[in-house]
Amino acid sequence: MAVDLKHYPAADYFDEMLANSNRSRSYAKQLVRLLRSLDDEELAARQAAAELAIKEMGITFSVYMEGQGTIDRSWPFDIVPRLIPKAEWDQVEAGLIQRARALNMFIDDIYHEQRIINEGVFPGEVLEGSKNFRAQCVGVSPPHGVWAHICGSDLVRDDKGTIYVLEDNLRVPSGVSYMLENRLVTKQVFPELFERYAPLPIDSYAAQLYTTLADLSPRRTNRPEVVVLTPGIYNSAYFEHAYLAQEMGCELVEGRDLFVDDDDIVHMHTVYGPERVDVIYRRIDDEFMDPEVFNSDSILGVPGLMRAWKAGNVGLANAPGAGVADDKVVYAFVPDFIRYYLDEDPLLPNVPTYRCMFDDERDYVLANLHEMVVKPANESGGYGMLMGKSASPAERKAFAKLIRKNPRNYIAQPTLSLSTVPTVVGRKLEPRHVDLRPFILSGRVTKVTTGGLTRVALRKGSLVVNSSQGGGSKDTWIVDSESN
Amino acid sequence: MLSRVAENIYWMSRNIERAENIARVLSVNTNLQLDLPRGITPDWQPLIDVVGANDDFEKIYNQYSERNVVRFLLAEAESASSVRACLTNARENCRTVRDIMPREIWRYLTELQIFLDEHLNEGLTRRGRQAFLDRIMRTCQMSMGLMSSGVTRDVGYQFMRLGRNLERADMTSRFIGMRLAITQTDKLPDDTAVTRVQWVNVLGSLSAYHMYRRKMQATVKREHVLWFLFNDDEFPRSILHCINAIEESIGMLAVNRPCLLAVRAIARAFEAVKVENLDADGLDKLVNKLQRRLIDLHNTIARMYFLPTKK
Repeated sequence: MAVDLKHYPAADYFDEMLANSNRSRSYAKQLVRLLRSLDDEELAARQAAAELAIKEMGITFSVYMEGQGTIDRSWPFDIVPRLIPKAEWDQVEAGLIQRARALNMFIDDIYHEQRIINEGVFPGEVLEGSKNFRAQCVGVSPPHGVWAHICGSDLVRDDKGTIYVLEDNLRVPSGVSYMLENRLVTKQVFPELFERYAPLPIDSYAAQLYTTLADLSPRRTNRPEVVVLTPGIYNSAYFEHAYLAQEMGCELVEGRDLFVDDDDIVHMHTVYGPERVDVIYRRIDDEFMDPEVFNSDSILGVPGLMRAWKAGNVGLANAPGAGVADDKVVYAFVPDFIRYYLDEDPLLPNVPTYRCMFDDERDYVLANLHEMVVKPANESGGYGMLMGKSASPAERKAFAKLIRKNPRNYIAQPTLSLSTVPTVVGRKLEPRHVDLRPFILSGRVTKVTTGGLTRVALRKGSLVVNSSQGGGSKDTWIVDSESN
Repeated sequence: MLSRVAENIYWMSRNIERAENIARVLSVNTNLQLDLPRGITPDWQPLIDVVGANDDFEKIYNQYSERNVVRFLLAEAESASSVRACLTNARENCRTVRDIMPREIWRYLTELQIFLDEHLNEGLTRRGRQAFLDRIMRTCQMSMGLMSSGVTRDVGYQFMRLGRNLERADMTSRFIGMRLAITQTDKLPDDTAVTRVQWVNVLGSLSAYHMYRRKMQATVKREHVLWFLFNDDEFPRSILHCINAIEESIGMLAVNRPCLLAVRAIARAFEAVKVENLDADGLDKLVNKLQRRLIDLHNTIARMYFLPTKK
């Protein structure tokens, strides 16, 4: 029997493919037609083929399991691509570039004059409670004034179809390798669809990343030594670290491969002796990067790395301290940054956000906790959150206490009805909630990935898209509706 | 090439080679007990002696019985001399160099580790042991074969070759030493039927028996076996062949002078003497000398090319 979309509950949320059970959105017509031409077995067979391909390609992520240590899991992937029309994407892209520029200007300002605080646009007390502000970075001027060279911003779409920025990840955002691999898998699973759509290619990322990194080299050489610094094989994103190093043709190094000499120059141990390193794409958090300055018992880091960076002898991406803007309270001020630094109106809206540090906003949050999603300022991966709607009264009460105790540490947002995309569940298609993480590269120029990594909450009704908590992923296609 | 990467390739290759050798010596000794005349049972202790793990062993067991020795050499995770430990280590080495090695090797090693854990009991019984050991040896050979045929001939390949040949030279000299241990304990005269069986045992442990017969014909004589295992450059597990291969690999590396000196010192140790004429005592001394020089060579390679050890 052909795949049945008649009973697909498109109207429950904003569905990105079907306006309702009878009508597909204009840009999705060809995809719907193809899906209707498949029968249930064929659909399930293609999903199985994709999963096999992922296993054979060795696309994995690591999870820590109590009692079992770290285990490799196959990357969860859904075969139905998520389409976004190019005209809409162009707007999003412009908004992301604007945002990345403002964020970098904010970080640079914070580590220099702090004009934005002195002029009363941004409250200084936020900084005092910041977990990721690094006093050691004050006065440092990285090239082009850029601190966050790689930024992963999470986007969501609500029930009206409006796209919002949910958060900005400025420390060591991951996921881009899966975005690239997802496209390769889709090419194997739906080759015929590529003839009908010609989605914009995404494979220039590794080259752009390399250029962005190479630009940070303190030495003017033709081929600066760029390396990827990983915490090692037990890190959940090790696959990605190895992948990016390989795609860029760079060495993948661990902390113990590097050392800093008395002249504050970074070298790596090679079989033929020390070799100078110009740029480090570090996938290791600030706190573990340099035991001389931060966490002194870190065995992952490189003693002296901060010295070398401050002396201008090595490029670090992202710059230490960039995480000061990766804070959900700071997030709430980003539209103000855009107006303040760029004198422009934000092209991409924030999700309405209540800052518990302000009395009136906190009172509103506490009175409406059952409708709110409350997030701690500095967690990632979906940890430490309260989903007001599904929480028990006891959980809400406990959380209210946490908020009152440390208001600076919490923000709250109304529960959004995230958009849905058809997803294979068994042998049928069902709507599942999605978000989108594009990656923004900042350096001499600013570039955005074409689309990004779509993450999908595979459990029915769930809004949690993190792969560590039952989330999956989809290939994301930017399609030119003109050519349809 | 990063020092850490070179070191991992080197140890991965050593660990796989060692796992195969341990499996083979277990297989040969299991067979041997069927060939010995009644009243003489094969001694299992020399198998622990040969890998130098007596201290580790005696911490766990108080008797060198067949079951204890087999269990120790197959499954003891705490000792570097068990198949289990070699595979775990090889797999950890492989994990960080997966982008350099053919992809299948990682899969083979993982599958073998799972097999080892799930079927260990079969390996402990005499009836199931042969098939169990065959599986281990086969997988090791497949992995080695893939490395030999599928890896770019760059610096990394030379470290893989160094690891394999050093481990082989080490094992060959240890097996010759093991033969000595057996005769001495048993106080048997040389060249009786029993000692001939034991020399066949040594050849078998090095998977050298067929190659020996092709070259030296059917009679197994002490002096022929010694010449063959030390000096036959055409046989890939002879000490001379391994040493020559090591020298060749080192020759492909830059900044190699100290390593070249160390490898030539090994060749000198036995080229000067006619090994086939040595008595048991002389042979014992030679084997010990070789072992020491192989350790020197490893230390020199580590000092020249691997990650400096933290103070």
